[in-house]
Amino acid sequence: MADKNIEGSFHLTGGDFTNAGAASSELKSIMTKLNISPHLVRRAAIATFEAEMNVIIHAVAGVMYYLITPDSIKVVLNDMGPGIPDIQQAMREGYSTAPDWIREMGWGAGMGLPNMKKNSDEFRIDSVVGEGTTVEIIIKIKEDKTP
Amino acid sequence: MTLGKVIEVLEGEVALNTGDMEIEILSVCSSDLMSDLLHFSSKPRSLLITGLNNTQVVRTAEIADIKAVVFVLDKRPDRETVEMARQKGITLIVTRLSRFTACGRLYAEGLVSCTGENR
Repeated sequence: MADKNIEGSFHLTGGDFTNAGAASSELKSIMTKLNISPHLVRRAAIATFEAEMNVIIHAVAGVMYYLITPDSIKVVLNDMGPGIPDIQQAMREGYSTAPDWIREMGWGAGMGLPNMKKNSDEFRIDSVVGEGTTVEIIIKIKEDKTP
Repeated sequence: MTLGKVIEVLEGEVALNTGDMEIEILSVCSSDLMSDLLHFSSKPRSLLITGLNNTQVVRTAEIADIKAVVFVLDKRPDRETVEMARQKGITLIVTRLSRFTACGRLYAEGLVSCTGENR
């Protein structure tokens, strides 16, 4: 478990499918090295990976910032993208605006935002059409009761 | 069931061996949609059976703690996919079977879904 705060950030480039997921993979490795419970690492990795893929698929660029404290894992993704006109609709399972070629790569199932929420203890999303989207994922470490 | 036994049941060919064939596989996921997989898989140490053949499969497997990926219909992973799997320690298997048959054979042998649903 982290006994002090650890923070950092990754730059994400929209459309860069070669490195898509690399930031989440690196963050997963950091959390594992901190001896955070594998169950929490898995949840954080899934939520982060989905958020990262959304930036790669939809935005021009973005930043993934993380802060790991003894109490929680917090990841904030801020992108320069098209924004989401109707967040409630976007949160619905199965709703996707991804084009066909994205679906052919295995994405665009419309489960990304629901997956982020499902795996977070606290989840916030804020979006401005034409400017971008900010997603905040918090996973609590101390309150984890899962074996 | 051990990974070695899985390969035998699926008449699979190992495209990349990253380690222990004696590793115990506890459950199976089968999907071509990566977010479905991330949403529904709840068990670690599972096997992924997929018709999707690209590096995204390996990334997703890594994130979801999947130890081995089976590509159906004789789909061979490309060099980039194999290289990423090597770095991540994920074993790659190719079978000529369809997804339906591959899943059916493993189900008949007693393996369960990674979603945790009842048999």
